[in-house]
Amino acid sequence: MSRALPVLTVLGLLLVVWYSASVLMNAQWVYDQAERAGQTVTFAEVIPQTMAQERPLLPPPHQVAAELWKGIAGQKVTSKRSLVYHGFVTLQATMFGFALGIVAGVALAVSIVYSRAMDMSVMPWAIISQTIPVVALAPMIIVLSDRIGIDGKMIPKAIIASYLSFFPVLVSMVKGLRSPDSMQLDLLRTYGATGAQNFWKLRLPASLPYFFAALKVAIAAALVGAIVGELPSGATEGLGARMLVGSQFGRPLDMWAALFAAAILAGLLIVLVGGVERALRRRMGVPA
Amino acid sequence: MTLLIGSVVFWALAWMLNVRLANARFARIRLGQIAVPMLFGLTILVVWEGVVRGLQVPAVILPPPSAIAAKIATSLPILWADVVQTFFKGAVAGYLIGCGAAFVVAILIDRSPFLQRGLLPVGNFVAALPIVGVAPILVMWFGFDWHSKAAVVVIMVFFPVLVNMVAGLAATERMQRDLMATYSASYWQTLLKLRLPAALPFLFNGLKIASTLALIGAIVAEFFGSPIVGMGFRISTEVGRLGLDMVWAEIAVAALAGSAFYGLIVLVEKRMTFWHPSQRG
Repeated sequence: MSRALPVLTVLGLLLVVWYSASVLMNAQWVYDQAERAGQTVTFAEVIPQTMAQERPLLPPPHQVAAELWKGIAGQKVTSKRSLVYHGFVTLQATMFGFALGIVAGVALAVSIVYSRAMDMSVMPWAIISQTIPVVALAPMIIVLSDRIGIDGKMIPKAIIASYLSFFPVLVSMVKGLRSPDSMQLDLLRTYGATGAQNFWKLRLPASLPYFFAALKVAIAAALVGAIVGELPSGATEGLGARMLVGSQFGRPLDMWAALFAAAILAGLLIVLVGGVERALRRRMGVPA
Repeated sequence: MTLLIGSVVFWALAWMLNVRLANARFARIRLGQIAVPMLFGLTILVVWEGVVRGLQVPAVILPPPSAIAAKIATSLPILWADVVQTFFKGAVAGYLIGCGAAFVVAILIDRSPFLQRGLLPVGNFVAALPIVGVAPILVMWFGFDWHSKAAVVVIMVFFPVLVNMVAGLAATERMQRDLMATYSASYWQTLLKLRLPAALPFLFNGLKIASTLALIGAIVAEFFGSPIVGMGFRISTEVGRLGLDMVWAEIAVAALAGSAFYGLIVLVEKRMTFWHPSQRG
């Protein structure tokens, strides 16, 4: 409860800033219109007109909320104009890429922890690979998979999403798998535990907190990857495509609605990962 | 076919050598720590070249590294113009503004615990959002030139740096702050001599995250409209013309610029936070 009041205050402040900014930015258009019509408008007359424009420079929050509501609940879920539909397309690619990223990240982490040669040769390149702006690769991955004959627009998006999400998993899992200290490892040796037992009963459970911390970062990164993957592909479906179409056809409300839909999706996914983490921790007997 | 077999044999030999090197005493000296990953990188390039030439993969699918290197050598002026437009004008300008703003805002809100408690959860949430989505909106506001790219970068880097900096300013211990109080140090003295140095490791963490975000933001923003120069512009047009060697050349340059940027920040971090446990030993 002690956190709710400050957070609400900050959100309220943001709303106030947003409203005043949209008045300021949209006012120019109103003045131009009035000048063209040969009228003069007072500032008090300008304000209501900045609140309900067709193509505002910065739509006020209630306009965005209305557009968002129209996109989510205003039509059938299967409609091409429904944000739920577009969100689902993006979500599919995100989850697919996320799963791929987890598998790749964990597999690499295990091999790095168990092989010194892998550690020394792969780890530096994994770090360098993240300084490559993956979005530079995106258009090429899309063309490439098209040439090779992979059907559908989901695979290239998923590849980009997994490229962005594997790195946090890799780094955290390496840290997590190495987190048992020598005392714990020695104890298992006195039990005569085999390598496999060592892995399943000590290293893997010990790495779980690191794993889930990484998942929260990775799922947000996967969503960014999926959205970026929709931009250069000329895709017609997905939240990224909605933004692109909104930008090309000068429909700012569409862009804002898609942006907020993406933000809501990101928030839901992070909450979901957090929920899975809590459930799993409770099952493992960790006090919450 | 010989090329294909040759590259596989080369890979096997190099990997064996790498395993030997990594487990030998050589791996513990500085030269070894550079040589092993270098050898690995070289192996990938050789296998890539061998497989592409051996299977005769068409250049519109995957050009061999030698062709990419040749393309880089012949189109240096174009590449340099793109780097100046996207990296120096878009990414670096936005990075400096965004990180500077986050730094100042963090110090300002640090004075009010109420704001801090409110802003941290919001900032953490915003830092996880797909902020690249604001790119089309900012391109609409600021036009096609580098100003809109810098604006996207400002927004992308702001929140990670802010969140880290706020955490860093809270990193001093009660005892240390009490000591400063017994010296009757003023707020600014405490800030400059104790809290800012203590916040540096956190700040650099944020700066490193932001450095990779900056380049991503600048390139993505170019997909939504740009003048006829810039890395994102070049990549999307060359992909359309199936000039994949040029695309790979741009990617190589982007990787180089990104790594150099990151490396520079790590160097500065080493100089400025030499006292921190993670930098010693």
